[in-house]
Amino acid sequence: MMRNCRPTRLLWGLSPALAALLSGCQGGILDPKGQIAADEKSLIITATLLMLLVVIPVIVMTFLFAWKYRAGNKDATYTPKWSHSNKIEAVVWIVPIIIVSCLAVVTWETTHKLDPYRPLESDKKPINVQVVALNWKWLFIYPDLNIATVNQLAFPKDVPVNFRITSDAAMNSFFIPQLGGQIYAMAGMETKLHLIANEAGTYKGFSANYSGAGFSGMKFNAIATPTQQEFDAWVARARSAAKPLDAEAYIQLAKPSENNPAAFYSLQEPRLFSAVLHKYMANRQSLAATDEQLKIDALTKRLCETPVIKEQ
Amino acid sequence: MLLGKLTLDAIPFHEPIIMGALGGAGLVGLVVMGLLTKFGKWGYLWKEWLTSVDHKKIGVMYIIVAMIMLLRGFADAMMMRAQLAIATDGHMGIFPPEHYDQIFTAHGVIMIIFMAMPFMTGLMNIVVPLQIGARDVAFPFLNSLSFWLLVSAVILVNLSLGVGNFARTGWVAYPPLSELGFSPDVGVDYYTWALQISGIGTTLTAINFLVTIIKMRAPGMKLMQMPIFTWTCTWANVLIVASFPILTGALAMLSLDRYLDFHFFTAEAGGNAMMYLNLFWAWGHPEVYILVLPAFGIFSEVISTFSGKRLFGHTSMIIASGVISVLGFMVWLHHFFTMGSGANVNAFFGIATMVISVPTGVKLFNWLFTMYRGRVRFTPPVLWTLGFMVTFSIGGMTGVLMAVPGADFVLHNSLFLIAHFHNTIIGGAVFGYLAGFAYWFPKAFGFKLNEKLGKLAFAFWQVGFMFAFIPLYVLGFLGMTRRLNHTDNPAWDPWLYVACFGAVLIACGIATQLLQLYVSVRDRKQNMDVTGDPWNGHTLEWATSSPPPFYNFAIVPRVHDIDAFTDMKEKGIAYAVPKAYAPIHMPKNTAAGIFIGGFTTVLGFALIWHIWWLAIVGLLGIVGSMLARAYDNDLDYYVQPDEVESVERSHFERMGIDVDNYTERDDKASRSGSRPTTTA
Repeated sequence: MMRNCRPTRLLWGLSPALAALLSGCQGGILDPKGQIAADEKSLIITATLLMLLVVIPVIVMTFLFAWKYRAGNKDATYTPKWSHSNKIEAVVWIVPIIIVSCLAVVTWETTHKLDPYRPLESDKKPINVQVVALNWKWLFIYPDLNIATVNQLAFPKDVPVNFRITSDAAMNSFFIPQLGGQIYAMAGMETKLHLIANEAGTYKGFSANYSGAGFSGMKFNAIATPTQQEFDAWVARARSAAKPLDAEAYIQLAKPSENNPAAFYSLQEPRLFSAVLHKYMANRQSLAATDEQLKIDALTKRLCETPVIKEQ
Repeated sequence: MLLGKLTLDAIPFHEPIIMGALGGAGLVGLVVMGLLTKFGKWGYLWKEWLTSVDHKKIGVMYIIVAMIMLLRGFADAMMMRAQLAIATDGHMGIFPPEHYDQIFTAHGVIMIIFMAMPFMTGLMNIVVPLQIGARDVAFPFLNSLSFWLLVSAVILVNLSLGVGNFARTGWVAYPPLSELGFSPDVGVDYYTWALQISGIGTTLTAINFLVTIIKMRAPGMKLMQMPIFTWTCTWANVLIVASFPILTGALAMLSLDRYLDFHFFTAEAGGNAMMYLNLFWAWGHPEVYILVLPAFGIFSEVISTFSGKRLFGHTSMIIASGVISVLGFMVWLHHFFTMGSGANVNAFFGIATMVISVPTGVKLFNWLFTMYRGRVRFTPPVLWTLGFMVTFSIGGMTGVLMAVPGADFVLHNSLFLIAHFHNTIIGGAVFGYLAGFAYWFPKAFGFKLNEKLGKLAFAFWQVGFMFAFIPLYVLGFLGMTRRLNHTDNPAWDPWLYVACFGAVLIACGIATQLLQLYVSVRDRKQNMDVTGDPWNGHTLEWATSSPPPFYNFAIVPRVHDIDAFTDMKEKGIAYAVPKAYAPIHMPKNTAAGIFIGGFTTVLGFALIWHIWWLAIVGLLGIVGSMLARAYDNDLDYYVQPDEVESVERSHFERMGIDVDNYTERDDKASRSGSRPTTTA
């Protein structure tokens, strides 16, 4: 986004030439706006530098050896039968092993630290968002605020956002590059993602897993508001513009459509997300179902009356 | 009803690009058939090639198929790059999604399954039996059958261009997108049946070559003395035998979902798409090592031959290849770190993946130390090898980067990933095959390729590769995801233009290679390889004439060293004239393979279009051809010594060795290690 343009911030360490190439207003993963994305960026840089310890010597030696031992250079030593050296063998096995060991330690630690399922530590109360990937748009349900939106997401900066993600279509991947990693959205299954924005701004989000004809238009804006008040104002605006989202409206919404503009709904069915999740296992009720589960099942059945996905 | 789902609407008359492509292909086919008729070569083609069970001829046919499919797959690539260079900032480009999505699916499937695999199999066919001093593979008819199954699959994939459509799912065909609910048309069925048929062919080839390598080595050749290319092919074949059945199973389950309403991978009724992802990549990841290991073997042969040196760390190379194979089979989960596995699982698979870089790094160092204190001749195969060493180092590094789950979360499915795997598959496998092509071309055809054009082609490929794929790394960092039909981010535009320019450079490289073939055939008289050893090679394939006689070796050589032929040259017995020849047992040509392949095409087509009676015809045809073959007892014959003698005599005479007055003394004279004539 243009307003996030801060070329000076891009003087990150890897190489000035690459930085120059990548400068300008970009909004990619090297321009993080949240803690997770920032950690992921520094992980990329650390890992790359570690590997360059081997890669650069290999490339230099390739040119050096090829040139020094070219057929035309009769001054160079020529030992046609020399093909074994325990010393060299030891070095070429051990040096990569050391580097990979270092990288393995980094990997083990960061994989746990950056696990998308790990809730973020913060003294602020997180915002809960339920995400449903549809053909070909994103439905965001704010269960605590009783609103839902299509292709627009908002939260205050510095407040953790807890996403619960599913799909009512093909497999998609929920991704806001400047805020952190992605996670798949799969029908009948729930995945989790925890993100935070540490700077206010509007960030691009999209599906990163091809899901059919309208995939290219499956984009949304994620707005990190500077203050809680501005977020409350956004919620109020959403409420005032809202249409009701009940089972019928959801069935309409779930029909394939492309390049949808942002839309706002007031949530009429607090169990909508659970029902979407259970839709694919409809009529397979547990005998020990609780009252809550029975209510979800009832809603699930209604969603299935006009099945969105038909086999055959 | 009689034609199942097939109607006239299946033929895209309204698509000018497709009809143009079909028209062009049809025209070329007519010209070829016309020429065959004009020169009366149909009988020759049938008797000497199509029904041949000679591993060298089958190898050549594999490579011809691979090259034709390279052109098709590359045309797809050009269309994609053109589309993305045009479809920016509100423009929708040339191809709407329903067409574009078929193009990128076809590009992936064709380049992996119908370009890289046959190219690798072709080189393996030509070289491995010669390298181990065998007269053919263990099961020559099975080899022919494998080839015709591949051709059958190739025909189906290309039919989808003109009859119906191809899959619009990406080459991985993840459910539920590839299930009936989202892909009700025949595209995915073309995909599954084409992959199934070629997969069976590949599995049979792997079994065939494993038996050949284990049972048919020349006397004296211990396992650890096998040439390194044969070793890397062995590992690749082990991986094929282990992993292709998984693909067969996964695709069979997908087909059951689509045809018989099973629910293996559907979202409904307890199906689980995650299972498909696991199965697909349990094949898919070993597959990339199946492609690249033989290429590693080629680089080893090339660098050792053209450095005039023994390969550094032969044993180490064998072990490294083995470690790569074993680990390569155990890391498939890194293709979906973003599917929600726990941190422990992700970290385990990430670390297992980066461990593979250790044996790979060892290989790179061994190639470096093969050049060290050598005499490197910068022929085109060496240029491909040096280009590979630089390119692949970068591709390997980006691969290890993506093996770190925390990094993969933001790089997964982005153009960074696309850049990475093209970096390894083009810079690793394809560069290797092209090096092998130039290296073994004189062995297969008896004359060398034009060197100048070979170097020019390399330059175009290498520079074009950099221009085409470095921008994709940048675009990945800029947050561009794969398989987009159009974009609306101005920051991406310049990089998309540069990538398109790079693709044009690679197109020049391919054109140069076609020109190189033409010029080399035209000037073949100047580039003849009379000795059979144009590069001063180390291994047994250079011990026989170029092209080798159909029985490969008049007398099966006895092996005493890793570099068996160098050893023979040093002992002065490389060109010894045998005192007498024995009859040679050889297989007879058979048309069974081409018939079974043909009926398999019929079966596949009928299944795709639900034409059940035709499917029965195809199946009966296959079974009938098999039975006919099984009851055929006229399978082999003996080449008589006088025929062998006359073939060998003409080879010796071309080398200037007087067969009739040959004595042991002549033998001693060449003990100094020099060869009768030298062209290198």
